[in-house]
Amino acid sequence: MKFSEKWLRETVNPSLSTSELSTLLTMGGMEVDGVEPAAPDFSGVVVAKIVSAERHPDADKLQLCKVDFGGDEHVDIVCGAANAREGLVTALATVGAVLPGGMKIKKAKLRGVPSFGMLSSASELGLADKADGIIELSPEATLGQDLRQYFDLDDSVIEVDLTPNRGDCFSLRGVARDVGVLSNTDVLAVEVTTAAVTTDQTFPIEVKAKDACPNYVGRVISSISTNVETPLWMQERLRRSGVRSIHPVVDITNYVMLELGQPMHAFDLNKLQGGMVIRKANQGEQLTLLDEQKVELNADTLVIADQDKALALAGIMGGLDSSVTDNTQNIFLESAFFSPTEMAGKARHYKAQTDSSHRFERGVDFELQTIATERATELILDICGGQAGPISEQKSKEHLPAREAISLRKERVTRVLGFEFDNDYIETSLKRLGMSVSETDAGWFVISPSHRFDIAIEADLIEEIARVKGYDNLTVNKPAVAMVIKPQEESQLDLSSLRSVLVAKGYQEAITYSFVEPEQQTSLSDGEEAVALMNPISNDMSVMRTSLLTGLTQALTYNLNRQNDRVRLFETGMIFSNENGQIRQKNVFAGIVCGKVSPEQWDLDSKQVDFFDLKGDVEALLSRSADLPEYEFKKADYSALHPGQSAAIYNNGQKIGLMGMLSPITVKELGLESKIGFFQIDLDALIDGKLPKFSTLSKYPRVRRDLSLIVDKEVEVTRITACIEENAPDTMKNLQLFDVYNGEGIDSEKKSVALGLIFQGTSSTLVEQEIDASVDAILSGLKQSLNAVLRD
Amino acid sequence: MSDITNVVEGALQVIEATESLETLDQLRIQYLGKKGELTALLKQLGKLPHEERREAGQSINAAKVSVADAIQQRKEVLETAILNKKLASETVDVTLPGRGQETGGLHPVTRTLERIKSLLTPAGFDIVEGPEIEDDFHNFEALNIPADHPARAMHDTFYINEHTVLRTHTSPVQIRTMENQKPPFKIIAPGRVYRCDSDLTHTPMFHQVEGLMVDENVSFADLKGLIQDFLRAFFEKEDLQLRFRPSYFPFTEPSAEVDIQCVMCDGKGCRVCGKSGWLEVLGCGMVHPNVFNSVGIDNEKYTGLAFGLGVERLAMLRYGVNDLRLFFENDLRFLKQFR
Repeated sequence: MKFSEKWLRETVNPSLSTSELSTLLTMGGMEVDGVEPAAPDFSGVVVAKIVSAERHPDADKLQLCKVDFGGDEHVDIVCGAANAREGLVTALATVGAVLPGGMKIKKAKLRGVPSFGMLSSASELGLADKADGIIELSPEATLGQDLRQYFDLDDSVIEVDLTPNRGDCFSLRGVARDVGVLSNTDVLAVEVTTAAVTTDQTFPIEVKAKDACPNYVGRVISSISTNVETPLWMQERLRRSGVRSIHPVVDITNYVMLELGQPMHAFDLNKLQGGMVIRKANQGEQLTLLDEQKVELNADTLVIADQDKALALAGIMGGLDSSVTDNTQNIFLESAFFSPTEMAGKARHYKAQTDSSHRFERGVDFELQTIATERATELILDICGGQAGPISEQKSKEHLPAREAISLRKERVTRVLGFEFDNDYIETSLKRLGMSVSETDAGWFVISPSHRFDIAIEADLIEEIARVKGYDNLTVNKPAVAMVIKPQEESQLDLSSLRSVLVAKGYQEAITYSFVEPEQQTSLSDGEEAVALMNPISNDMSVMRTSLLTGLTQALTYNLNRQNDRVRLFETGMIFSNENGQIRQKNVFAGIVCGKVSPEQWDLDSKQVDFFDLKGDVEALLSRSADLPEYEFKKADYSALHPGQSAAIYNNGQKIGLMGMLSPITVKELGLESKIGFFQIDLDALIDGKLPKFSTLSKYPRVRRDLSLIVDKEVEVTRITACIEENAPDTMKNLQLFDVYNGEGIDSEKKSVALGLIFQGTSSTLVEQEIDASVDAILSGLKQSLNAVLRD
Repeated sequence: MSDITNVVEGALQVIEATESLETLDQLRIQYLGKKGELTALLKQLGKLPHEERREAGQSINAAKVSVADAIQQRKEVLETAILNKKLASETVDVTLPGRGQETGGLHPVTRTLERIKSLLTPAGFDIVEGPEIEDDFHNFEALNIPADHPARAMHDTFYINEHTVLRTHTSPVQIRTMENQKPPFKIIAPGRVYRCDSDLTHTPMFHQVEGLMVDENVSFADLKGLIQDFLRAFFEKEDLQLRFRPSYFPFTEPSAEVDIQCVMCDGKGCRVCGKSGWLEVLGCGMVHPNVFNSVGIDNEKYTGLAFGLGVERLAMLRYGVNDLRLFFENDLRFLKQFR
């Protein structure tokens, strides 16, 4: 909410500078978003009257004006504004004046005629964004008075950012009330005169939805003048609050809303049929709002209707048909209390959030309706004339918000805040906030005032006491910590230790968005059903990722397109999928690589990364949680990956991840050319490590036997090693693959696999014969199951 | 015995002049070998009269020792020279870069998260995590944000369906913890959160750390102490000025927002703090009784404090990053600055 500082100070005037006042507001819970001057700097502009205006002899659109600005002599001014006319009181920038932006007014000749100054428009003075012609001031204005003084422009506009609980501060009166408490300054009470009722004209009101509208106040004011304008002082206050001047009656209702916090609405009485009915809308009922938006109403929506049709969205916006216009003479003035629960979410639903709906949603003082009506009547009669009818009030007390006594315990205040208050301080603070307070054994019973909608329980009162005291004035305590040693599973790995494995291998961590572009994801995924957002920011962020591949390829592409041809990225995070209507979310660890195995350097010829470089990195990660032989890599077929270079990773028969090179088709679709490797492993599987277990070290010598085998090309190396393990005695301690070859000298359907077998006795030195026997057993096993033979 | 003296002198001269280990070895054979000159002299001892033998023997042995010593010394000299030469030939340019892999690094958000965790875990806070797709109950209802509550407008929520959302804060983890554990507890919940908002200063995804401490006598004074110590430690500034302002969060009462003295200008006022000298860094408060009610914790017995902070915000202030969006572009030139 924005308001003029001077306006506020008319009600409460603490001896604080503007910046101190703004700190007071901020520290009291009304965060000041900005303090701006009410008008930009200008000087030398005065109130002046055009005493005569004639056409410029050489220019159709210019007039020669004689202008009186309070001195003995009149000055000649050439003016191009269409509204410059004899008798008009306006603003004159005198010779020597400086306008906003620094323009200096000098004597000038316009088409040969000298001009001693400039008649100014509101926009030239920075008082409006745009203006039609020069500014028109009241005929009573004192000629020669400085315009800044006239408009009281040496003022600041303070903008506060109100939290949703403080609807009571949505008015000058509300802010003043809080400032009064926080600064311990008296606040001027609102004085409203009761307007003289000069007509008995009324308009029937029937409230059907009493729970939604527990109080409805209406008044007819007839025969208002159609040719008056909103007075400048009011226009200025509205402007400083960011409200446009529209029509005197509308301006007055807005003014009262800003002043007191009561949103009001004026209907053109002549357009109403029969009487006012406050009811729920009929499903599908149509209404054209003031902003010309056509809405179709839901049956849960409260409307103000007449006998025929809905006229207004209650508390949100009036309808176009029944609105006041320049020709309106008779009005029906509405001042109601709509319950916050009724209002919640409605304005948002109809995309019609207004100053009014904001206030009603947060809670309007339910004892304010009549006062506001009197205040608006006073202003209307004053400005527009007319005859006021009697006030009609339809109040349903049982539906008004309850204000129950809340028990406040002294001990609780101390315990929650960690600060001991004087009883007096608590009592005085609450009373100054408008609460009614009565003592009890343990503390007090407190009843909150009708303007507070955020005080329901003891904790709310404790906050108020702390707020009045100032949070910064409360104690600071260093909590004592009990010395507790917590259980910790040593076998569970720390994610950061996993990250450091890849960091050491040159990977940079990335964080990509959890939502991705659906088509790209589909082309990269393996048929998982993605979870879609109902209200995405944009299409390219509209489904949740089913794997980290989409995000990481995007990050990869981003960098490849910026002359980075070697990219190694990893990410940990959640992936999401829909499985039989159930949303599944799990954490994974993924990486993407592209470019040379090593960074470019002076003494290492690096090749492009391939499947086995990637697998090395994956194995480095996996080996943190289990011995590598416990993992199984099975040839797999993922649509985005190369069919001959991709694998599913298993542990204990459980699939825990996948890895491989992207298929050339995928790479091409991404608009790239390089070889790209990707892996993704379930984080739970990685984290679930094991406790190391010691086995005795043998003191006997090790013996190594190398076998060079010839097998069919299709036979996977793990089948060979598994077969060896199966046939080997316990004395075989290790199996080292050291060559795989299928070039010259080998049948093209075969391959040679070379392995080192390491034997070691645990209780004695092995003898040749024992080892020979073991190797023979292994070889015969290999021959039998895999048709493997020793290479010649 | 002048023979011996001559032989020895000759030998020492030749040895001294020898330039190679091979020649030196030949000299050793020549003088000391089985058929060597000095050995030959020894063999002739038998021909000497008995009374001269002893003296002559001693002289010959002394000569052998001095020749052997000379050879040994010369050998060491030659070997040192060879070694030095070899070392000289092996000299490298030590300024050339090392060979092999360069190391990568963590994302600045992770780095900041790790820092936050490392400051709070020694103070007894456990780290807990929760789902990112949340139900309405945990994200809103249990946190005292019923449907159509104005506070929902503060959260630009991404919906999966009517009852399922992308969590708008890490606060639901509070609820999940309180549902499953009995107080007292101290937890922090780091993680990704989502808001349907994207502009210069908002990304639709960002990271938060939620903190919760529940015990029999946790007070606002404790909250102030904890936050003050944490922020001062985080920014490594012992006299960092803080201010606690009343604010509103449905799940805490009293609620506060915390500003720190601007770390860019030391509170003098700059572009980053909008000339105010203050920077808003986190929200906090005492757990709202309705929240305790929704998870069945006794309000009379327990009180709790909670806080929530934005990780990107802290990372920006800590490292001077001036554009939020950089965090999710994953530009290597950006990422590599945080190794």
